[in-house]
Amino acid sequence: MPEKHYLNDNYGIRSWLLTKDHKRIAILYLISVSVMFFVGGIFAALVRLQLLTPNAELFQRDTYNKLFSEHGINMVFFFLVPSVPAILGNFVLPLMVGAKDLAFPKINLMSWYIYIVGAAFSFAALCAGGVDTGWTFYPPYSTGYAKTPVTLLAIGVIFAGFSSIFTGLNFIVTVHRMRAPGLTWGRLPLFVWANYATSIIMILGTPVLAITLILLALERAFHIGIFDPRLGGDPVLFQHMFWFYSHPAVYIMILPGMGVISELVTCFSRKRAFGYPFIAFSSLAIAVFGFVVWAHHMFVAGISTYSALVFSLLSFAVAIPSAVKVFNWTATMYKGSISLETPMLYALAFIGLFTIGGLTGLFLAALGMDIHIHDTYFVIAHFHYIMVGGMVTAYLGGLHFWWPKMTGRMYPEAWAKLSALIVFIGFNLTFFPQFILGYLGMPRRYAAYPPEFQVLNVLSSAGASILAIGFLLPAIYFMYSLAYGEPAGDNPWNAKGLEWQTTSPPPTHNFHHTPVVTEEAYNYGAPEEVPVAH
Amino acid sequence: MPNLPLFPHQASDVAVQVDVFYLALVLITTFFSLLIALLILYFIIKYRHTPERQAEQIHGSTLLEVIWTVIPLGISMVIFVWGAMIYYHLRRPPADALEIYGEAKQWMWKFEHPGGQREINALHVPIGRPVKVTLISQDVIHDFFVPDFRVKMDVLPNRYTYVWFTATRPGVYHLFCSQYCGTNHSAMIGEVTVMKPEDFAEWLASGKAEGSLSAQGEKLFQEFGCITCHRPDSGARGPNLQGLYGRPVRLTDNRVIIADDNYIRESILQPNAKIVSGFQPIMPTFQGVVSEEGLIQITEYIKHMSEQESQPLNNRTNPTLLRDTEVPSIQQNLQQGTRPANPSGKKP
Repeated sequence: MPEKHYLNDNYGIRSWLLTKDHKRIAILYLISVSVMFFVGGIFAALVRLQLLTPNAELFQRDTYNKLFSEHGINMVFFFLVPSVPAILGNFVLPLMVGAKDLAFPKINLMSWYIYIVGAAFSFAALCAGGVDTGWTFYPPYSTGYAKTPVTLLAIGVIFAGFSSIFTGLNFIVTVHRMRAPGLTWGRLPLFVWANYATSIIMILGTPVLAITLILLALERAFHIGIFDPRLGGDPVLFQHMFWFYSHPAVYIMILPGMGVISELVTCFSRKRAFGYPFIAFSSLAIAVFGFVVWAHHMFVAGISTYSALVFSLLSFAVAIPSAVKVFNWTATMYKGSISLETPMLYALAFIGLFTIGGLTGLFLAALGMDIHIHDTYFVIAHFHYIMVGGMVTAYLGGLHFWWPKMTGRMYPEAWAKLSALIVFIGFNLTFFPQFILGYLGMPRRYAAYPPEFQVLNVLSSAGASILAIGFLLPAIYFMYSLAYGEPAGDNPWNAKGLEWQTTSPPPTHNFHHTPVVTEEAYNYGAPEEVPVAH
Repeated sequence: MPNLPLFPHQASDVAVQVDVFYLALVLITTFFSLLIALLILYFIIKYRHTPERQAEQIHGSTLLEVIWTVIPLGISMVIFVWGAMIYYHLRRPPADALEIYGEAKQWMWKFEHPGGQREINALHVPIGRPVKVTLISQDVIHDFFVPDFRVKMDVLPNRYTYVWFTATRPGVYHLFCSQYCGTNHSAMIGEVTVMKPEDFAEWLASGKAEGSLSAQGEKLFQEFGCITCHRPDSGARGPNLQGLYGRPVRLTDNRVIIADDNYIRESILQPNAKIVSGFQPIMPTFQGVVSEEGLIQITEYIKHMSEQESQPLNNRTNPTLLRDTEVPSIQQNLQQGTRPANPSGKKP
């Protein structure tokens, strides 16, 4: 390990809380986002525990309604959205473009503080009893009927949203202005492309969420009639506004994960990315199309027949760029030299699970089919295949991949492989039965259910307990590796990106000399010696 | 027909269509998932890392990119059209459907038959006849979902939505609320009983009713004094309502709208929202005066007024007359009707 690096550059709590180093901010995010993930995970565990039996025996219905709501809100706004961009992106994006830091280091630190304020509001809402509206906050229930601290939580979500706007802003400016000499757009790693596309959505979409939730809070506080029909409002308007952000937000969550997968598949196949420009531009295509499909969440909400037809058609269009990515990753492995270290295992799991998640999205985009499966467990299964099978898997893959760079130490490979396997098995056992449950007609957000659904629910809960082990193991061995892990060396994977040309962990200013890029990304065919820049 | 494993009962005519569509989608999903999975498996075995072999660098192939863009696009367009056809069918109830009204509130269902029979958390329907359920909520958004019929529709608090189906199989089926609506959302479960027509007729006859919906509506029409203004004579201050239902109406701002359930409901609750051309906004609101049930009854009465009479409707100097050039599609609808293009307006 190098003598001097960003972790031991200076010490003390102040040096962390006032740091402007993107790497330290990434670590701050890693700790806080992980806390939110495990809190959200506890709620999920309690939800699955309740559903072991049909008759709401463990929790009262009100309590259950809070559990699934807090699970969704924690996971979506405080884990899925910030996880890859704010942790992995924050850490490696400046390294990947050969920059000393992000363009606006102070804004970067501020974004973390704003996130913490948001999380504090969310905990305050939890302490005040927890919210029971579901993560979607549909009025008039949320504005006129819910007796839970909806406003507190809405404020928390608005703060979390602003933190991601600042991260997006930072990424866009950094990618435009701070690339190393020779690093043209066509040479950018695909992870950078993916985060760039994500940043565009963050900046354009998140303000709409803030506006929507502010209106919601105003209606709750002052009875201004915007959504509640008793006050002259229209509840369907809320759904339009909410999904105008929250559908693109799905791509905020999955695109960075796709970026991670492009890095992993190329590195562990020792190959350049098959169809690099197609993978890069499909990210942008997803970002653009993602904005015009929101009403596919509303096919039974009372929108007109013709707008439903249009939104269905557009939803199929957004599926194509995702399919293109899957095919390109698979083709990248063709004639490669494939080794199956833990990050690659996660990448392969991602491709498989994301494929299933994406294809089941076609069911939901198809109007006649969506009528039946909308708001059932089919939807739950579908988006967990994307969000957990896809996004969380990519996040874990990325975390294992860059862990040696972040900490200078290797995690225990055997344990990591085992836990990847546990995650894969546990995940499928949890969520596959839910597809069947959904088609059978079990509605979502049910604290109790007719007894004929019990067998599948028990299978799902059993899977969840396996999945929980799969998520706890990495938390344990990552911490263990901080003290006892093997020193990683600068480039343990023999990978190509600029982040691997500096030391592990990197020095505070990332590179001792500004790297100069002379080749395209993933040039694995070149002789194996890597020019050392530090 | 026996129940397929992993499928809900096929208890409506559309259920079969949806299940066939579902099977096709499952097949497509399985095919592509297996294709990707097997390719990956094959590659990691065939091209596993060995010291002797180097990876072969390939930049890509535009031909392949085109192929795997065009084929998924083609498949998804087929799926789109297929799904759209089922949906289009589900959104167009036949004119002769049996009309039932459903009211949802935290946390129960209430249904009213045209004959005035009421039921709570239960709905009886005959087989073989299209049934249209017009839905309204008294509080938050609910959702009418009968998995065995493969139909679902949100129930909104501010306007009517509808769902229709033709049941094909006698039995008792779940009616779920599938839009989260608060504490007892998961207990807002009703039963749909599908009966043979003769049993259904018997059931209707055995039900206690205080007269048909329309008869009760007529009573309210008098009670609330609607009759004083909405009379079929030329001295009336409000538009004549006879023959109004389902016809185009011209408003003061020159818009033309169809007088459907939602329009009638709105006109009673917010009379000034849409003023009929040629009339003054003088009608008081009946918000908080008429119950949802009463609104349904009055609407049903107004519907029946349309069926009874067939005389020219306007009671002013043709304020609502439509010009052909302006609204050709509406004109077309009118030509199919029995009366000249001279729809009634209605109240201010």
